[in-house]
Amino acid sequence: MRLTQGTFSFLPDLTDEQITAQVQYCIDNGWAVNVEYTDDPHPRNTYWEMWGQPMFDLAIAAGAMMEFEKCREAHGNSYIRITAFDATGGWESLRTSFIVNRPAEEPGFALERSMSSGRTLGYTTRPYSADQPSGQRYQ
Amino acid sequence: MTSETKDRYRAGVMEYAKMGYWQPDYEPADTDIIALFRITPQDGVDPIEAAAAVAGESSTATWTVVWTDRLTDSTKYQAKAYRIEHVPGREDQWFAWIAYDIDLFEGGSISNLTASIIGNVFGFKPLRALRLEDMRLPVAYLKTFPGPPAGIVVERERLDKFGRPLLGATIKPKLGLSGRNYGRVMYEALKGGLDFTKDDENINSQPFMHWRDRFLFGMEAVNRAEAATGEIKGHYFNVTAATMEDMYERSEFARDLGSSIVMIDLVIGYTAIQSMQKWCRDNDMLLHLHRAGHSTYTRQKDHGVSFRVISKWMRMAGVDHIHAGTVVGKLEGDPHTIAGIYDILREEFVPKKLENGIFFDQPWASLGKVMPVASGGIHAGQMHQLLHYLGDDTILQFGGGTIGHPAGIEAGAAANRVALEAMVLARNEGRDYLNEGPDILKAAGKWCTPLAQALETWGDVTFDYTSTDTPDFVPTPTAS
Repeated sequence: MRLTQGTFSFLPDLTDEQITAQVQYCIDNGWAVNVEYTDDPHPRNTYWEMWGQPMFDLAIAAGAMMEFEKCREAHGNSYIRITAFDATGGWESLRTSFIVNRPAEEPGFALERSMSSGRTLGYTTRPYSADQPSGQRYQ
Repeated sequence: MTSETKDRYRAGVMEYAKMGYWQPDYEPADTDIIALFRITPQDGVDPIEAAAAVAGESSTATWTVVWTDRLTDSTKYQAKAYRIEHVPGREDQWFAWIAYDIDLFEGGSISNLTASIIGNVFGFKPLRALRLEDMRLPVAYLKTFPGPPAGIVVERERLDKFGRPLLGATIKPKLGLSGRNYGRVMYEALKGGLDFTKDDENINSQPFMHWRDRFLFGMEAVNRAEAATGEIKGHYFNVTAATMEDMYERSEFARDLGSSIVMIDLVIGYTAIQSMQKWCRDNDMLLHLHRAGHSTYTRQKDHGVSFRVISKWMRMAGVDHIHAGTVVGKLEGDPHTIAGIYDILREEFVPKKLENGIFFDQPWASLGKVMPVASGGIHAGQMHQLLHYLGDDTILQFGGGTIGHPAGIEAGAAANRVALEAMVLARNEGRDYLNEGPDILKAAGKWCTPLAQALETWGDVTFDYTSTDTPDFVPTPTAS
């Protein structure tokens, strides 16, 4: 399967040149750029690991791309996303979030149903990768 | 007692203007609620008297003088028409500005506000027609309203979706599908790339599909699609029903099944909408509002209530989504009017902008933002226009434009998602995407067959009709 979280997951994987253009767009809007990675792609896993602090004071994309490059070297077979944070009053949240690196294999998710009263089912989505402890997935 | 006061309260009928409802020198207080009406007086009725009558009939007056006014601080409770102005190009119509003291209204109640402002007055005989064009809601009054249960930012955080409009589809055919078939359409559309699917306004609990069946099959579809994509998905379950008790029962079932959102129709009424706001806030649910019925009173410019006013009331009452026009689709929507409505729903401060139909500066006092929904006759081939006119914080709702795809529902959904992401990517790269839009879509169609098929099927479909609800002002250049 292909994890479709993020702004551009339905497009072919972005090239570094395309990623640079998107990062520059974020910087031009005055947003802080973050690099985050995870080996738990559950749709409700909000807190991916931060690759360092958010980059608040960038002028050009090169600095963020350098951090992304370092993150990719360290976690090349994990999911990596770039997010952009807007501190403007009334927003104070992310403005964009897109995946920039994926594991070679994406095994996807199991849907588990628990039967209870009547026809009501309880649903749990479980990443197959979560069968391994964190750090030993996607090996 | 002065003889002036004595004359004012002599029994009998007196012109509204003379009773104090016309005060050209009045300066509205910061806490006043101001209404801007379009008035069409009957032939021979003086426009000032007509405006005063509107002020009177929407506040304290009745058709005759009553001495009991003198038991009150009546000059405070009288609404004051303080300005009239010809509608450009319409000799028979006038704009009237009317100010209301904040104490005329119960805090936090749209029903109370509307019972005055659009109560008896709309049937008043001396007027041929009356339209409420805009309102200025003071911050003090706004602070008595809760606003949306979540609002745009919190909704995005809950859904983990940023940087692009959301995508939805209304399940079609809107009537007749069984629960099992209905869930199939949902599953295909969500798995294909949509964020949300939606019940239509008139899907409640009919012989062909009872509501519990729809909810049960529907949540199977939502959860299956989430597992297939690793992405949060949802379906607006329409809980509109005959009574609040029924609506609560259906909402609780949706919540217990794990749905993140429920849906209501505008026809349930303002009090019911506010009750559902409260319920959603208490239950961590989003609230989607379908504006069923609004065109009966919003569309014609002479009479009724402008949708920009309905939008203000709904942001106060508190809904997370509201259908607000597409510009390019099959339903009414002049670009300037729609821009004004979208600003009202999404901005923290909306400046006066006559060419968009906005008559007042409107600060929103940190009330949450409402996600406008664009629905009705839109398709992937219009993606550049939709993004240009409507921006990122909107839900693009392709019903026929998903389900009618020649290669199936999943392909239809994928075509819309690819078209959207390709357009956002191009915009962020600084391309002139509005003009290059067709080329951008065509290029994406080269590697995405479903998009190529969608463009082939609908590429040229437009709904190019003249709008009826258009602003009365056009921007004119001024010497600087």
